[in-house]
Amino acid sequence: MSDLFVTLRINGTDHALSLDPRVTLLDALREHLHFTGTKKGCDQGQCGACTVLVNGRRINSCLTLAVMHEGDEIQTIEGLGTPEHLHPMQQAFLERDGYQCGYCTPGQIMSAVAVLDEIERGVPSHVTHDIGAPPPLSDEEVRERMSGNLCRCSAYPNIIAAIRDVSGGAA
Amino acid sequence: MKAFSYDRAGSVNEALQLAARPDAKFIAGGTNLLDLMKLGIEAPVHLVDINRLGLDTIEPTAEGGLRIGALVRNADLAADMRIRRDYAVLARALVSGASGQLRNKATTAGNLLQRTRCPYFYNTDMPCNKRRPGSGCAAIGGLSHNLGVLGISDACIATHPSDMAVALRVLDATVEIAGARGAARTVPMADFHRLPGETPHLETALREGEMIVAVTLPPPMGGTQIYRKVRERASYAFATVSVALVAREGRIERVAFGGLAPKPWRVDANGSAGEVADAALAGARPTPDNGYKLDLARRTLAAALADAVRLEAGR
Repeated sequence: MSDLFVTLRINGTDHALSLDPRVTLLDALREHLHFTGTKKGCDQGQCGACTVLVNGRRINSCLTLAVMHEGDEIQTIEGLGTPEHLHPMQQAFLERDGYQCGYCTPGQIMSAVAVLDEIERGVPSHVTHDIGAPPPLSDEEVRERMSGNLCRCSAYPNIIAAIRDVSGGAA
Repeated sequence: MKAFSYDRAGSVNEALQLAARPDAKFIAGGTNLLDLMKLGIEAPVHLVDINRLGLDTIEPTAEGGLRIGALVRNADLAADMRIRRDYAVLARALVSGASGQLRNKATTAGNLLQRTRCPYFYNTDMPCNKRRPGSGCAAIGGLSHNLGVLGISDACIATHPSDMAVALRVLDATVEIAGARGAARTVPMADFHRLPGETPHLETALREGEMIVAVTLPPPMGGTQIYRKVRERASYAFATVSVALVAREGRIERVAFGGLAPKPWRVDANGSAGEVADAALAGARPTPDNGYKLDLARRTLAAALADAVRLEAGR
């Protein structure tokens, strides 16, 4: 089968590519465009290391094809902050030591940014006690919503603390 | 992954035409299909991307229910205020499934069509009648602690993994299907998923080349709606047993189980939680590994009813 032309808009910049349709969004980012901040862990949607935002919503980039994302706004960790100007979530992960080896961290941070947005928009979760009311901003809510991001170093308590710092809540 | 051609359909008719080719498949969220394609379990020759068809709104019906477009994402369905207020069991089931990332991609129709999570279906070195008809079932006599006890056959003991489908079954939803000849038809949730019998590879009422375009909910039935799920970790795992319950004044009105059978297992019985569980489990055929599911189903139903009583008392 022949390659297809696709333009991916990543962190506000268009990238024209010729791709085998089998290439996942994750592999297009890492192998074709060298946005290596996004990590490949399990490659089957179980670990969350590949989490990116597409049109402002978090998804697993390993479980979607790059050619399906013509015209979408894709944001990776490289588009969130820079070493000179860290995003508040990146700064909080540093201050709270929200990692050990760091491999899952870009996915954790992208997911965490989306989690606060989802709570803000009133999206309920499994632990939302009153499903008809806006969900509260609590440790319990954050923990449940981050369950799609695994950390084998088990930095979970510090990850929650970092997210709560950014959300303005008590750690 | 096997090579395939890729087309993006711009309309339902175009999608149906593209899918009329042999070995064509639709892709929407892709969260299950791409996983299976990487493993070689699914190997479509043509992939038809249906993400740009619209079909992503939730509209009121003339009867007073809601028509949910096939491409409404699980996260958006769970967040819709009408669903949360009038069909709480559905919102609860949706948020109990998968992860935030997956719910943002997974669609209403795709959720119904997801394949089993039986470990032998996933292991291409082992026989599986669902993956390769006639090859046998490695799960029977194998590791079966999370497999089915009801509705199973000598050919297959796999379960259907969806939480959403269990809630749709208890709500008496219907599935709206478009076919290549233009005619639409509807299938009640009761008849949408098939029991395995001797043909476990045939899983739904969907025929070759057909597409789900919507799922329709009847008018709200009220009552106290509970979805209680038991799994092997606190979040992000498939159900070992789940219960979708509609109760009224402390009594069971409708109930369906997940995690026990190849389809959402609705029970038409009245009485106490114990009596309803007895009726549900009368024909159970557990393996030496999964007999625990019978006790767990009883206790989960009793706990779901207690949840309902507590909720009603708090109103």
